[in-house]
Amino acid sequence: MIAPILLRRVGHIDPESLADYEAYEGFRALRQVLMRRPEQVVEMVKASGLRGRGGALFPTGVKWEAVARQPRRPKYVVCNADESEPGTFKDRVLLEGDPFAVVEAMVIAGYAVGASKGYIYVRGEYHRAYTRLSRAVSVAREAGYLGTHILGSDFSFDIEIRRGAGAYVCGEETALFESIEGKRGMPRQKPPFPTEQGLFGQPTLINNVETLACIPWIVRSGPAWFREIGSPAMPGPKLFCVSGAVQRPGVYEAPVTITLRELIEGMAGGLPSGQEVQAILVGGAAGAFATPEEMDTPLTPEALQAIGVPLGSGAIMVIDHRVPLWEVLRRVARFFAHESCGKCYPCQLGTYRQWEIVERLARGEPLPGDVERLRDIAATMADASICGLGQTAANAILSALEKGLVSVPTPA
Amino acid sequence: MKDQITLTIDGQTVRATPDATIMEVADAMGLSIPRLCYHPHLTPNTVCRLCVVEWEGARTLVPACVARVREGAVIHTASPRVQRARRVILELLASTVDLSESPTLLAYAQAWGADLRRFEAGARRQFPLYDDNPFYVRDYNKCVLCWRCVQTCADDLQYTYALTLGGRGFHSHITTAFNRPMPETTCVFCGNCVAVCPTGALKGKVAFLVQQGTPVPVALWRARPPR
Ligand SMILES: Cc1cc2nc3c(=O)[nH]c(=O)nc-3n(C[C@H](O)[C@H](O)[C@H](O)COP(=O)(O)O)c2cc1C
Ligand code: SF4
Ligand code: SF4
Ligand code: FES
Repeated sequence: MIAPILLRRVGHIDPESLADYEAYEGFRALRQVLMRRPEQVVEMVKASGLRGRGGALFPTGVKWEAVARQPRRPKYVVCNADESEPGTFKDRVLLEGDPFAVVEAMVIAGYAVGASKGYIYVRGEYHRAYTRLSRAVSVAREAGYLGTHILGSDFSFDIEIRRGAGAYVCGEETALFESIEGKRGMPRQKPPFPTEQGLFGQPTLINNVETLACIPWIVRSGPAWFREIGSPAMPGPKLFCVSGAVQRPGVYEAPVTITLRELIEGMAGGLPSGQEVQAILVGGAAGAFATPEEMDTPLTPEALQAIGVPLGSGAIMVIDHRVPLWEVLRRVARFFAHESCGKCYPCQLGTYRQWEIVERLARGEPLPGDVERLRDIAATMADASICGLGQTAANAILSALEKGLVSVPTPA
Repeated sequence: MKDQITLTIDGQTVRATPDATIMEVADAMGLSIPRLCYHPHLTPNTVCRLCVVEWEGARTLVPACVARVREGAVIHTASPRVQRARRVILELLASTVDLSESPTLLAYAQAWGADLRRFEAGARRQFPLYDDNPFYVRDYNKCVLCWRCVQTCADDLQYTYALTLGGRGFHSHITTAFNRPMPETTCVFCGNCVAVCPTGALKGKVAFLVQQGTPVPVALWRARPPR
């Protein structure tokens, strides 16, 4: 096992102490960056091959470059700390255990793309993360890492923190912007993309907490070092949130070359004694199921794609035979019906009808044609919804059906 | 004159200006792309998704009312994926909303082979009739949530902001602040919302009374001075 990188400080430093952070490499990356040109920093992130850890795996350097190239000002840097995907709790560990890292990464990002203002959008339920971040921001400001003329340079940048109010959809980047702007949290039709018209209609860089947490390490140790970890298509360390039927649920750091089995049976200590894997939900409610036979699959995007499973946010929920899988599907269906913002028809209506049908199937009382109804809703939501919520709302349910993990009752 | 670009729609090669939407180009070609939330005088909100078309190479279908054409694009306005999406959206709508006064939607349902009773086992959205002012009634059982009334009342036209969205997901609905009766809101009874409503959810009071077979109360016309 390699030494943790993203979790290196977590649990080892006092998250409220700037001195502790500085003693563990803290803000050295920023000092280094301020001596380079912004383009060089963007180049470095591109060369690292870093891909977004918020779920979509978008190449981070490409995004940074797109924002850096925008002539319009002001530009914004937004840290997506809404973390609401069921089974996902890695950002929370970083925010609570290493809050200065997010601050440092945002300043670096601001310098690289030419932004002067940053926002952190924190999930409303994350009280401790919010207090730690607020403290980190004000302490960093007092120490000259934020504000005007950072560390005596020409660069000025400051951070504001905003809290969510409990809507899953507000983690979607454009709904998040609407929410910061004080509007109803509903996604926007893209294009235009955030890089061109994001927060307040201005060019905006938005990245996940874990994505940002990689940045100072890339600056300190270099893109080549970063690429040595993980797989060619997904370099760097990755955090996995293992929950459910395991001995040691928690956040684990590993390269994506690790297999599901190594993660579950090795790092997370295996299942409770006497229990066996029934199914593994990978990627949260928006993810898909892996079967016990698929446990030797590495968590690389390519290998996962071959078994029809997204890496997503890195949530790994292990389900043993004590839990009826239809019960899990009921909850997934209810979750999406509850969280749909209602803006576009396929998801507004489809998530609700999907829930009704899954309830009928789970009760063993389907109507003739219910499976075809489910498939039609699934295809329509995936094809025609505005945002990723509707586009993924049928994934888990479809994968359970397709992999034969649940048996479909016959209509009376 | 902007530079012309060339693209393919339903197998035909067409030239267009790069700022044109797929819908504009398709309309000029005489193709019939269905639409509901689109209104030429309102900001596009892309909520209905009836206008989606297949753009070769794109992961999802794209809404023709806002997607702009591009050089070399290959677009299908009625591929099997497109047909399924339209059909299912119409089926879902019909199971939720009373479409009896939406002739255009009923014609679309016919055209795209939607079975209007396919999801009828599901819950419908149900609302009381809001008959709270002398000018118009609001029957949200007929509302498809096209947002036209909200936008017309707000910064697309009237700058009055009396109407808004309430609820979420399936339970989304049009409402007023704290669901107050219309006379207690900022409404100035301009009637613009009634004019843009495509489903009969908003209806002039006289039209409503005539439809109900109720005699129009004298007060509604006597109140005016003689001409
Ligand atoms: C419904 C929905 C919820 C999302 N929630 C989150 C979230 O909680 N945190 C996050 O980082 N990204 C979330 N995303 C992804 C963001 O839209 C966006 O892709 C991400 O913030 C980009 O950052 P990255 O490139 O660093 O991953 C969500 C997307 C959707 C469609
Ligand atoms: S897909 Fe769902 S959550 Fe996303 S915009 Fe449409 S209704 Fe809202
Ligand atoms: S009341 Fe009419 S105009 Fe308003 S959203 Fe409903 S259907 Fe559209
Ligand atoms: S007409 Fe294009 S989304 Fe409604």
